[in-house]
Amino acid sequence: MATVLKSVDVVIVGLGWSGSIMARELTKAGLNVVALERGADRTPAEDFVFPYIRDELKVRVRNGLMLDTATETLTMRNAPSELALPMRKWDVFSLGDNVGGAGSHWNGITWRFTPSEFVLRTHLEERYGKNALPADMTIQDWGVTYDELEPHYDRFEKLCGTSGKAGNIRGKIVEGGNPFEGARSDEYPNKPLIMSQAGMMMSKAARELGYHPFPTPASNSSAPYTNPEGCQIGQCQYCGHCEYFGCEVNAKASPNVCLHPVLFADPKFERRTLAYVGNLKYDAAAKKVRSVFYIDRRTGVEYEQPADLVILCAYPFNNVLLMRLAGVGKPYDPATGEGVIGKNYCYQTNSGVAAFVDEEINPFIGTGVSPAVIDDFQGDNFDHGGLGFFGGGYIAPSVSGGRPIQVRNVPPGTPRWGSAWKEATAKWYNHWFPLSVHGTSYANRNNYLDLDPTWRDAIGRPLVRMTFNYPENDRKMSVFMTNKANDIAKAMGAKITVPAPRTSNFGATNGQASHHTGGVIMGKDPKTSALNRYLQSWDCDNLFVMGGAVYPQNAGHNPTGTIAALAYWSAKAITEQYLKSPGALVKA
Amino acid sequence: MADTSIPRRDFLKGAGVAGAGAAAVLSGQEALAQAPSSATAAKAAPEALLTLTATEAAFLSAVYDTFIPADALSSSGTDCGLVTFWDRQLAGAFGNGQGLYRNGPHIPGKPEQGYQLLLTPRAYFAAGIKAANAYAKKTVGKEFDRIGPADREAMLKDMEAGKAQFDGVNAKPFFEALYASAMEGFFSDPIHGGNRNLASWKMIGYPGLPATYARTAEQYRGKKVDLKPQSIQDFI
Repeated sequence: MATVLKSVDVVIVGLGWSGSIMARELTKAGLNVVALERGADRTPAEDFVFPYIRDELKVRVRNGLMLDTATETLTMRNAPSELALPMRKWDVFSLGDNVGGAGSHWNGITWRFTPSEFVLRTHLEERYGKNALPADMTIQDWGVTYDELEPHYDRFEKLCGTSGKAGNIRGKIVEGGNPFEGARSDEYPNKPLIMSQAGMMMSKAARELGYHPFPTPASNSSAPYTNPEGCQIGQCQYCGHCEYFGCEVNAKASPNVCLHPVLFADPKFERRTLAYVGNLKYDAAAKKVRSVFYIDRRTGVEYEQPADLVILCAYPFNNVLLMRLAGVGKPYDPATGEGVIGKNYCYQTNSGVAAFVDEEINPFIGTGVSPAVIDDFQGDNFDHGGLGFFGGGYIAPSVSGGRPIQVRNVPPGTPRWGSAWKEATAKWYNHWFPLSVHGTSYANRNNYLDLDPTWRDAIGRPLVRMTFNYPENDRKMSVFMTNKANDIAKAMGAKITVPAPRTSNFGATNGQASHHTGGVIMGKDPKTSALNRYLQSWDCDNLFVMGGAVYPQNAGHNPTGTIAALAYWSAKAITEQYLKSPGALVKA
Repeated sequence: MADTSIPRRDFLKGAGVAGAGAAAVLSGQEALAQAPSSATAAKAAPEALLTLTATEAAFLSAVYDTFIPADALSSSGTDCGLVTFWDRQLAGAFGNGQGLYRNGPHIPGKPEQGYQLLLTPRAYFAAGIKAANAYAKKTVGKEFDRIGPADREAMLKDMEAGKAQFDGVNAKPFFEALYASAMEGFFSDPIHGGNRNLASWKMIGYPGLPATYARTAEQYRGKKVDLKPQSIQDFI
């Protein structure tokens, strides 16, 4: 039986971005915080060291920094009628592991969502009519607005030393930035990164087509920077090893660099690594979580850690799993559309155009961000009347490194091997780049997460079962967006363009983003959401859930900026409201 | 059964470090005009195998030399160390199933659901090579490494297209696994045993390490960058 430990003020499950932010805010408010991290400790000085971190085979292809599927994976199917099977190895995406979580090995692309995304259903119904949305599109409003999150986005950008150019400061449109963004209280803390050749070409072509290119906001710091926590951030060296890699010069923002030096020095904070949380003890009558059960992976001993406040900061799949195992919230049922846990799982509808060009691209001189992008076709930034779909995305060149196992291409019709292939590979390696579409993933009634009835993880729990396919709406969006990207590629003077819209089924083998959202969504109504607007469980007053899991649907921007802003938003509600009067922050 | 009447396998005689023939960073046409024939390239002593059998090594050598033939751009796949590379990969953690969820039941799925077999990569390659050699023997009369270049090419194409029917092993995904192993071996850092003499990095103009461009990113923008490629080993 589990050894019962002395109760603490707060237990945080998972020490990635949201866990680290929450831990920092709550310790600063005077609480004793224990973070339980399934993975091992991880520090840049020990684990992201040159030259070894530059090993594409080990770190990228073999997923060196990622969770082992033997420990935990998912089962996957395209529709509720199918038999889900385990994702036995990572391919389409991989999940993070260890202290810092995915925040250690992200690309650094740091967006704010467009204001209309937070009130999506209301916005689209007002603009296009109540009957315009497809019946199976289960999109919802978030319960929080862009304006409410703005100060928290600002804090996160300053924490990260984000490099960018504001397009809208307090309602005033600023030349060179994103004219479609919500009003900002301030400029980015660092100037934009040096523009790549691909970025220059894309920006020029986009401008000629009447679009509004600007530097992609990047938490790869363009200059040495000290953040408001006093943590030092280095200068980006354009080494082309961001996504999937750790940064050897501490230029890419991560929890490890931006928060852990101060957090780990705080006596009110304790981190327990290799502490594998398996379940929660839920007292449904009292609407409280009493404790968290975890296994010390070094000894095999199980502990019960009681706490006044429990904050789930694991990856979306694990947050869903813990809610389901503990029995907090009603499981979602696609047949009836009722229930909330597992509802509105969304992904990211990405596609792209391979552009083969005359210019020298030098893909190996890169950062996580190219940095050039247009947001003209993001979300509802353009009129969808008569288009037959909703949503959109950004279009940007993806030149984040020239790592040769994966970043090669040859024009269609080239043999896949032999001397002709070698010659084409040598010829085109430096003369192509993808113009990527990073698109919305809008919720669908049949896309959800629940518990698999057959397969189990390393500690004996059911695997999460993902039922997902690209909805018709998103496929139409992808065709539209990929055509727009193709127009830009042609306007750049590309010799050959190869558009690849997302028109086939979602599969375990065609790799793209690791952006997963939904399953424990926030909202305005306990019938249709698991959490209230402060990310507090409707069914359990001392349980808060963070991360992508809380998104009612996924926007066309990368998720991290909003995950972090929501963590600050929720932390503020906890410290300023909940601690004074522990209970439901929103009356159902 | 291996046909022992034929002296076994070019691979075992010739695997090793590619020699002077490895191409510098030249365009394909320039390289074709300037480089010596790779047939004259020096060959080093063979490497000891960690897990592959002689038959398996010979099969992979023949496949890799078909994918990456010796020409002005690089020496052959085998001479670039690809068999050694894959031998090390299969002998290590990856080959023995690290990163592979192996819990049963194992039920065949649709292609979207990915790899569903009980086999580790090591065991999968053993089974795949056996099936491929049996198929070669049945269709062309000899095991794969003993058939001519045209027959090798044709059989790989049939595997790729899903036309080749192997006994017990699905030839199409096995082809893709072979192809991926070749690309990994050819393009990865040489510390893993492939990409000897940085052959592929020189071929495409990838500078490798150390890659600190904060001061030069603007200067290099849009220009050909002529940097001598460096491996992880160069910084130890």
